[in-house]
Amino acid sequence: MERKQQDYDDIPGTVVFDAQRARAGYHLNQFLYSLMKAENRKAFLADEYGYMKAYAMSEEQKQAVLKRDWNTLLHLGGVSYALAKLAFTDEHSYQYMAAEMTGMSQQEYLDMMVKGGRAVEGWRSKKERGEQ
Amino acid sequence: MARIIAGIGTSHTPAIGAAFDNGKTAEPYWKPLFDGYEPSKKWMAEAKPDVVIMVYNDHVNAFDFKIIPTFALGCADMFEIADEGWGARPVPPVKGYPEFASHLVQSLVLDEFDMTIVNEMQVDHGLTTPMTLLFGAPKAWPTRVVPLAVNVIQYPAPTGHRCYMLGKAIKRAVESWDEDLKVVIFGTGGMSHQIQHKRAGLINKDFDTRFLDNLSKDPEALVKIQPIEYLREAGNEAIELVMWLIMRGALGDKVEEVYRFYHVPASSTGVGHIILETKAYHDERAKKAAA
Repeated sequence: MERKQQDYDDIPGTVVFDAQRARAGYHLNQFLYSLMKAENRKAFLADEYGYMKAYAMSEEQKQAVLKRDWNTLLHLGGVSYALAKLAFTDEHSYQYMAAEMTGMSQQEYLDMMVKGGRAVEGWRSKKERGEQ
Repeated sequence: MARIIAGIGTSHTPAIGAAFDNGKTAEPYWKPLFDGYEPSKKWMAEAKPDVVIMVYNDHVNAFDFKIIPTFALGCADMFEIADEGWGARPVPPVKGYPEFASHLVQSLVLDEFDMTIVNEMQVDHGLTTPMTLLFGAPKAWPTRVVPLAVNVIQYPAPTGHRCYMLGKAIKRAVESWDEDLKVVIFGTGGMSHQIQHKRAGLINKDFDTRFLDNLSKDPEALVKIQPIEYLREAGNEAIELVMWLIMRGALGDKVEEVYRFYHVPASSTGVGHIILETKAYHDERAKKAAA
């Protein structure tokens, strides 16, 4: 089914975790939730693809997990707080994951934040930016 | 009679808890932030609440995606600390107040706010970071805590208006409990931040400042902020600020702002913090000081 357009779809660089995405991401997010347990993190790292077989995820979702392709995972229904558990499993932080999502280097992202963060000017609307 | 004496607004960024636990509070990156909470710890030590109502959100720790309650009230005796994926924080478990919490649920449901009752749950950084910031590192927390978890993860979160009205109902519920209790209510999360996709790192200091100003000057203006405005102006995760409106609603019409702190960044977050005393508690303190 086509995605029903929402007012927030116009916000650039943002994937709102709404009911439609939650449906698509259910099994992906439940897999990510399982990484809360230390023994599961260990089992996952020992055989990532094998571990995911227990979850009814799409092949596309599994491949994006293997690649740590964060932004694709957002579009496939992953929610950032669940995705963070994958980052933690790799012994990274929220900040590491956020920086990866922006395409900036870790240092560039840190510098931007220390200087007061990303300004909202220019980031309010896709229409304003001439994006689809 | 139980009464709410004050409201605390504060961000609950997990990196703050991690910095504290790892002894980094004196590092240049973190020092200004922890210094900013020193006056608040003094305020809290003086206020000595019997109970804290902690409005926060769970971050896929107590609740997975099987059940997503919009408003969940913790009625347990004790809340253990969740392992969120990097090991549980080394902080004491949180002592609840089942009798009082159950009374709140009963009053709120009859007041048309249908709370989900939670009799067993672990609590995550959304609750423990504010505890650390306001109470430091005691062996046991010096207050009982009633956790109120709000869904702000799956869109839509409850509206600001709904949250504000819930706050007012919480005030009525607290005041219908016979025991003399001093209650402090926390609204946590925010302020401006986004931790996903290409716009991650967004901070809007002007938005945050207006929000802090209007908590005392014009809360009705805050109640009118629509979800799209939080998302667009202050970042995808700034929707957490609706939880501050539950706190504000619970304080009654008149409040006195007694402390404010704002700092960028903690990880990807604009950290905001405010202490609002109810008019009655503020006047009582002024009288004591004059005597």
